[in-house]
Formats: sequence, structure tokens, C-alpha cells
Amino acid sequence: MIPGPWRRARALRERGVLGINQRNGDFIARVNPRRLYPLVDDKVRSKTLAQAAGIQVPPLYGVIAIQHQVLTLPKLLEGREDFVVKPVNGSGGNGVLVIVSQRKGRYRKASGAQLTQDELEHHVSNTLSGLYSLGGQPDAAMIEYRVHVDPVFEPISYQGVPDLRTVVYRGYPVLAMVRLPTAQSDGKANLHQGAIGAGIDVGSGITGRGVWRNEVVDEHLDTGHPVSGVQVPQWDTLLELAARCYDISGLGYLGVDFVLDRDFGPMMLEMNARPGLNIQIANQTGLLPRLATVDAHGRSGASVAERVAFAKERFGRT
Amino acid sequence: MTVGGGLFLYKWLALGVPLRADNAIQAWTVEARIRFTAQPDKPIKVRLAVPLRPPGFGLLDETFVSSGYGLSTAVRDGDREALWSLRRGRGQQELYYQAVVYPARESTRPASRPQRVEPPQFSDAQAVVVAGLVGQIRAHSADIATFTAQTLIRLAARDNSDINLLLAGDSSAERRAVVAAGILATAGIAARPEYGFLLHKEGQRLPLLTRLEVHDGEHWLSFDPLTGLPGRPDGFLVWSRGAPPLRDSDGVRHLRLEFSATENTYEALTAARQRAAERGSRALQFSLLSLPVQMQMVYRVVLTMPLGALIIVLLRNVVGIKAFGTFAPILIALAFRETRLLNGLLLFVGIVAMGLAARFYLERLKLLLVPRLASVLTVVVLMMAALSVLTYQLGIGAGLSVALFPMVILTMTIERMSVGWEEAGPSEALQQAAGSLFAAVLAYLVMTNRQVQHLLFMFPELLLIVLAMTLALGRYTGYRLTELRRFRAFAP
Repeated sequence: MIPGPWRRARALRERGVLGINQRNGDFIARVNPRRLYPLVDDKVRSKTLAQAAGIQVPPLYGVIAIQHQVLTLPKLLEGREDFVVKPVNGSGGNGVLVIVSQRKGRYRKASGAQLTQDELEHHVSNTLSGLYSLGGQPDAAMIEYRVHVDPVFEPISYQGVPDLRTVVYRGYPVLAMVRLPTAQSDGKANLHQGAIGAGIDVGSGITGRGVWRNEVVDEHLDTGHPVSGVQVPQWDTLLELAARCYDISGLGYLGVDFVLDRDFGPMMLEMNARPGLNIQIANQTGLLPRLATVDAHGRSGASVAERVAFAKERFGRT
Repeated sequence: MTVGGGLFLYKWLALGVPLRADNAIQAWTVEARIRFTAQPDKPIKVRLAVPLRPPGFGLLDETFVSSGYGLSTAVRDGDREALWSLRRGRGQQELYYQAVVYPARESTRPASRPQRVEPPQFSDAQAVVVAGLVGQIRAHSADIATFTAQTLIRLAARDNSDINLLLAGDSSAERRAVVAAGILATAGIAARPEYGFLLHKEGQRLPLLTRLEVHDGEHWLSFDPLTGLPGRPDGFLVWSRGAPPLRDSDGVRHLRLEFSATENTYEALTAARQRAAERGSRALQFSLLSLPVQMQMVYRVVLTMPLGALIIVLLRNVVGIKAFGTFAPILIALAFRETRLLNGLLLFVGIVAMGLAARFYLERLKLLLVPRLASVLTVVVLMMAALSVLTYQLGIGAGLSVALFPMVILTMTIERMSVGWEEAGPSEALQQAAGSLFAAVLAYLVMTNRQVQHLLFMFPELLLIVLAMTLALGRYTGYRLTELRRFRAFAP
């Protein structure tokens, strides 16, 4: 019984799997200065930051910061067929509400469930009081453009938009995956809520096998289409955008989420100063060797193009 | 770490602070209570002998309770006296003296011989009898010990007119000891009655016993004045010598002096503290033991909290269990201390379950966060009150202790559990709740361990070691145990 855990720990070590303690202690604490966190935790700020740098983001319709403004909600939403309500300081996809259509004061979610005006307002109020924010602090709600799924991903996503997560270490994209919403995840692209994660080859942008709740899957649970072998369009552009997020945020260990819009192409959704470790499972690859490669061979002054080229060469699947 | 370890070793090895909690010794608290009525417009003075290095005992602690009185103590002829004085007193007055004594193995009594043997005050007739007795006894004895024994045996003779003359019709132990001391003094032997108590069982109105103490040139020997047998019985506490404890009083009426004794268990550490004081070591003088007892009890609990926190650190960062809140499990563990484990668990689960039900109902009202928390708190308090009343009526005393749970922690647990329930599903929420409870139970088991409490209380410097371990764990970058499971897809 006792050698079991040790053996397994050694096996993980050999595969270069990064654990949460090491992520926090050796990487986040080292390369992510605390003072920069608000830049990425506050989604409105990171949106502005990205826009200023010329990175596309879903357009912001409005921010509701105080309870009284909830009354202006109908006016704000007038004429908007679909939109997304998000907590400004949310994490892990909690509190994200996707409305695909509205009719006569009733709002329809991607799942088909309907919300009344009251329920929508209650959701916004909850967000304001900090129910979904990091650490429960009072928060604001933002209402933004709903991204429309790129046709490439339509067969392998269910009632939602898949997002592309890239871990960027000191400016170098090291690992990437696509997160595919399922019925269980309620159209959200968060793995712990039941989305499927599929690794993406950094070199080519082609997806690999998927992981759903710690199980390896080859087909999408709801649509039945294979998740592997899908070429992500504009992969090089996506890598470059991800690498640039390091320059605008200043965070050395960063998770960047992009979505591909049918009409507008890549849009940055958010940045994360404490990206999860499941990306390793989705890729069946440990992060540590890649992080070590960057530490050993990466140059701190390298341009975006150089960094992307480096990543594609080193981290591509031949 | 080194400082902590060093101090710990010094206190343990050099001062003999016990490592084990059950190094308890029996100690007695003997209390003298003086009650009297003050005479109006007269200064009050009461002089009471108090123990000084009683043979066979160690004096652990003593307290004088006498509000408003001037108090001084002085040693006279190897006896210690306390003098209470007051300029004006009215009505009933009470004075207390308390001594905590414990049986000590070696008696380090100095065999000081009184400078002079005072010739006793006998009447002419008595003096003749005494002179005759001394002559007879001297002929029948070999040394001071046998002389004393012979004297006491002769005093025990009945229907002897000479003896009756000496005892003046009072054949009590005290009278015999006083008379014997006089006879011995006449023969040039230092002797005095000693007064004290037999500490065998607790009691009010402890009878004051008298024995005879004789100096054989080197030591003081003790004799039973009724039988003449030498040797002080075990548990005999010498309170005063030469004269009864109450020495003198002035300005008082209806004075009553009563003694009582209670038995306490003192940990052997108090004795070690005594030793440290004798050596002039500061290490224990500035210990938590110098605090009032109530504060000590508080610190007994408080000092275990860092250890509880260390356990939480271990569980979260090394094992990787999920729990609500960072230190909520410690607070729950503290509540378990009062409720006992099983009751605590049942009550906790019961309250949280009922709270969750209430919370799900409140969810339908679509309240804002803070008012909702306040409502849940109110519901929790109501449920606790109801549970207490109900269980009390049913005669289950354990239900009463529910009031000891930290309500705010309960409320937050309920709130976070219900949010987790909706967002991540019941299984995730139940997992976290189970994790919290597991952490709380583990912290409880460690924090309430008597041995652990004792060690931390006696050696607070061990907390430095706990701190060092916490710091080391703060830099632990290995896998968590749960991660081994999480990443099991990597290692077949």
C-alpha cells in the first residue's frame, strides 16, 4: 500500500506533470507579480487592455456596477437579440449566463430554458453582491456580445462556444487545448463543469483526443463527432495573439482564453493568472519539461514572432 | 527550530518539567479561616502561625486573603507568623490563609537547635514532682529518645496523684505534650509541642493535633504524646511549633479559627516549577504557569490551534482534500471540544442539513446575498434554540451543547455548500462538506489530546517547531495525494 503512492508520484514526475503546489510555489509566485492580478481578474480592464493593443475582444454592451443600475437593464438590452452576462471578477465560468434570444421580456438560454425579467435581474444582483466573484467581494456584472460558433467547431460543441486555452510561460505558448461544451456543462466551456478538453498540437493546431472528467474520450458525448484531428483555423494568428497577451499583462505564467467567432475571427475572452492544470490531462503531456525548455533556452527580449516560431519548433508534435 | 528545540530540551532535562501529562501528584490545600467580630474603635491585630518548611511536605503555594488589612510575616524561633492589622474594623470580619502542600520525598529540614532551653514555669508542688520524675526517668533511659518515651509513658499512667498534679486534670494530648516539654526542659533537653493536621481525607473543621518534638542534639524527633511512640505518621503536616497556631489577637471578640483541607491533583510540573524557582531559573518563571488559572485554561486551548492549522495545511497542500473555508474546520473542531465528538458530529450534520433545506427555500425568494446570509443565520440560531429545548425536554443533555457551535461558521458553510450544490452538483458539495468534517475531526483528535495539550502548554517553544514545519510545508512543491488520482491517466 505504501509504495503505491510513491511509485505513482515518481511516474508523474517522470512524465513532467506539474502539481498545484509546484505551480503555485515555483511558477506563479515567481513570475506573476501580485500587483498585476487585478489586470486579469477584472475582465473589463483586461478587455480594455487587449483592445488598446489591437487584440479583438467581444464588444462590451455595458457594465452594471450598482444595484440601482439593474433597473436600466431592459434599456441596455433593448434590440439585442443575444448577449452574455458575466461577473467582472468571476472565476471558473461561475455566474456566466448566455442568452441566445429574447422575446417579450423572456430570455432564452442556450439550453432552451427561459428566464423572466425578474430572474435575470436577480442573477445580476447576485453577481453584484459577490456570489460569483473571487473571494466573495462585491462585484460588477458585464454584458457583452455573444460569440457565434465557428463552423469548424459546430459538430463538436453543444449549445455553446468552445474556447481555446493556451498556457503562455514567459511569453512562449507552451501548451494548448480546446474546451468543448457539453449538455452537462450547460453550454459552458469549463472542464470542471463537465466540458470536454481536447489537447491541441502547438506545432500544427490539430486537436488530439479528448478528456471528460478524467476519462479519455474520442467522440463528443452529445454530438458523437470525433474530437480529434480537427484543424483549428488561423492557428498561427491565435498563437501570436496568445503570446502578445504576455506583453500586455506582464504575467509570466498565464492562461489565455480565445474564442473563434463565425464572423469576426479570434477574440480574447479572458486571461487567467492561475490557470488550471487539467490542460496536461487533455494533452496527455506534463508541463514541466516545456517550462524547463523555456527557462533554459527562452530569451527575455524575443519578439512575438520569434517566440511563436520557437514554440512551434520545440513543442510541436514533429 | 533550534531555539525551540533547545529551550524544550533545557526545560525537560535540566528542570525536570514532565513530558507526560499524567505525572500528577496529590497535593492538599489547607485553609485556615479566622472569623471574629471587631470591637468598635479599637485597632485589630491577629497573629497566626503559618507553616514554614513543614517536614515531609513541600509548600507549593500560599495565599493570604485579607482585604483591607495590613499584612506582614516574620520568622521567630523557627516558626513563621503572619500578622494582620487594621486600624478600624466593624462587624464580622474574616481572614483566610491557604497553603498548597504536596508530599515531598526528602526533607531538607535544618536541624537548628533553639539557643536556650527555657526553664518551665511549674508551681512549687509541681516542681518537686518533676524533679523526682526526672531522676527516675534518667535512671531508666539511655538517651534522649528513650528519655522522651519514658516521660510520655509515665504521663500516661492513670490514677497517679503526682501525674494528676502535673496534668491538672487535663489528660489531652496537648496538655501532655506541654507538660512533657517542661519536664524535658528541666532535664536540659530542648523540646516543644508541635501542632498540625493529619492529611488523610478532605474535611471541614480539621482537628488540630499535637505532638511532641524533641531535639536529640542533631535532629528534631517527633513523638506521639499519648503513646510515647517515636516517628511522625505519614501525612502529618506540622503547622506551628511551641505554641498553638493562633498566637495573639487584639481588638476582636468571638474569634473562631477553623481549618479545612481539600485534596487536589497537581501536575508534577508545579513541583518542577518550584525547583526552577529555587535555582533562580527564569525559564519557568516567565512561563504560562504564572498566569491566573482561568487564563491558563484559555491558553491550553489557544496553544493547540497552531497545531490544528498545521493539520489543515497538511490536509490541503499535501493530501489535497477540499474543504469549506481555510480555518473553518479548526473552529468546528473547537466546538467539538465542548460537545464531544459524536454529539458534535450529529449536531453539526443535523444543523447543516436543516439549514440547507431552509436555504433552498430561501433561494426561491431570490434574496440578495447579504440579507440571505442574515436570514440563514437567523434560521440557524432558531434551529439551535429549538434543538436545545427539544433535546432538553427529552432529557438528552447533549443537545444543549449545540449552542457552542460557531453560528457564523455554520451559516457560511450552509451558504457555500448550497452555492456549490447548484454550481458543481451535489456530489461536489457533499465531498467538500465531508472534507471539512474530516479535517475538523482530525484537528479535534489532535487538539484535544491531553498529551499534546500538556506538551504545548508546558513547552510553548514547541510552537516554533510547528512554525518551522509550517514554513517548510509552505515550500512543498510535490504532488498532492489527490493529484496522484487526478493525473492517474498519466501513470498506469
